[in-house]
Amino acid sequence: MLSKRNPQLNAHGELIHLLSIEGLPKAVLTQILDTAGTFLSVNEREVKKVPLLRGKSVFNLFFENSTRTRTTFEIAAKRLSADVLNLDIARSSTAKGESLLDTIANLSAMHADMFVVRHAESGAPYLIAQHVAPHVHVVNAGDGRHAHPTQGLLDMYTIRHYKRDFSNLVVAIVGDIVHSRVARSDIHALTTLGAAEVRAVGPRTLVPGDLAAMGVRVCHDMAEGIRDADVIIMLRLQNERMSGAMLPSAGEFFKNFGLTPEKLALARPDAIVMHPGPINRGVEIDSAVADGRQSVILPQVTFGIAVRMAVMSIIAGNNA
Amino acid sequence: MTTLHLDAEALYAELLARVRALARPDAVLVGIWSGGAWLAERLHRDLGLPGRHGVISSALHRDDFGSRGLSATSDPTALPFAIDDRHVLLIDDVLYTGRTTRAVINELFDFGRPASVTLAVLVDRGGRELPIEPAATAARVTLPPNQRLALTRDEGGRFSFDIETV
Repeated sequence: MLSKRNPQLNAHGELIHLLSIEGLPKAVLTQILDTAGTFLSVNEREVKKVPLLRGKSVFNLFFENSTRTRTTFEIAAKRLSADVLNLDIARSSTAKGESLLDTIANLSAMHADMFVVRHAESGAPYLIAQHVAPHVHVVNAGDGRHAHPTQGLLDMYTIRHYKRDFSNLVVAIVGDIVHSRVARSDIHALTTLGAAEVRAVGPRTLVPGDLAAMGVRVCHDMAEGIRDADVIIMLRLQNERMSGAMLPSAGEFFKNFGLTPEKLALARPDAIVMHPGPINRGVEIDSAVADGRQSVILPQVTFGIAVRMAVMSIIAGNNA
Repeated sequence: MTTLHLDAEALYAELLARVRALARPDAVLVGIWSGGAWLAERLHRDLGLPGRHGVISSALHRDDFGSRGLSATSDPTALPFAIDDRHVLLIDDVLYTGRTTRAVINELFDFGRPASVTLAVLVDRGGRELPIEPAATAARVTLPPNQRLALTRDEGGRFSFDIETV
């Protein structure tokens, strides 16, 4: 039975779905990060596979394209010994007019044990979680502008890996915050884990002042936003936003908010630079920074597999 | 009900003597987390073996994952040596059903192909559910199924046993 308080948790407070970081207690986030550490070492073994999800079927349902996220979920599920099915939903059932819940009902009849869902509509994974059988688990792989919890968690894993502790950290999230489900998940996670200060940095059109209600410091000036930061999370500037008159041009954005070596010098000398990918060189980040010694963009990808293994194994082991 | 008293330090001395007789000079000690890891650490020191002992966790190969979920895995397997062609001596504090031993043997083989695997335990409490037998045991005891036997280690490194009724 789904708990009324938070549909992600069972009556014992254990994680059964991962839909959003919002509302998850610190202990659950810490459990995921600790477990991910174990799985990171699995990737260094002779046999890079453990049998926790042996005999289980994981269905990757990507109603929206994302090669990288789908691939890392697929690798994670396979390293847990699950059978993985990738469904190109956008081009099949939905195109023929089948409703989301009918698609889920049909796949459930094929004995799916877990759905990994990416959908353009915020809340779609919640809807699915409310309708699946008690033994079926749902992971949100990004829904609309709402949440991308595994990206948020892998960002937290990366920060903890390099900085150990959150309590003294200043974290600057730079770019298109308002449209970013990654930013939202990061902000909730950083707040729960107790980061000292979270800054949302970008132009007024992409970082509205009311974001302060989420407990962040809003900065419309890049220098102010990244000065003395320990962690800088650059977001991808989504090209589709450019057409909506939210920005004058990509060149203008780079001039003001693109991360260059000169701007990075304002942050702490040991600051790390993160990015959820794919990066747009010369739009939000300079190549010298993306490839520089402070960049941890590629380790983020590696940690992402371990974090997704942790999420899938934890929820699969808990009953509704 | 009679209270079972186990002198863990005396049992350790017994285990040390048996392991000394059993262990090949080129053997590596691998302790099963957590009690077995403490024993392996001390045996390794008392036997004057070179290098470091290994620690192994059953968490990723447990057969009760479906009902109990993922157990605490913040102390994962750490084998500071290659195990291919080595004689591995697994150490555990309490041997009961044998399921943990089965899980850690699977875990061990994820790292390579040892020449042999031998098991030494401080206490064998019977109740085996799998065909697993230790090569060395300091004591055999009989306990009702609702009692749990767990090794503890104080700050000075001295061992004692806790018996809990669950």
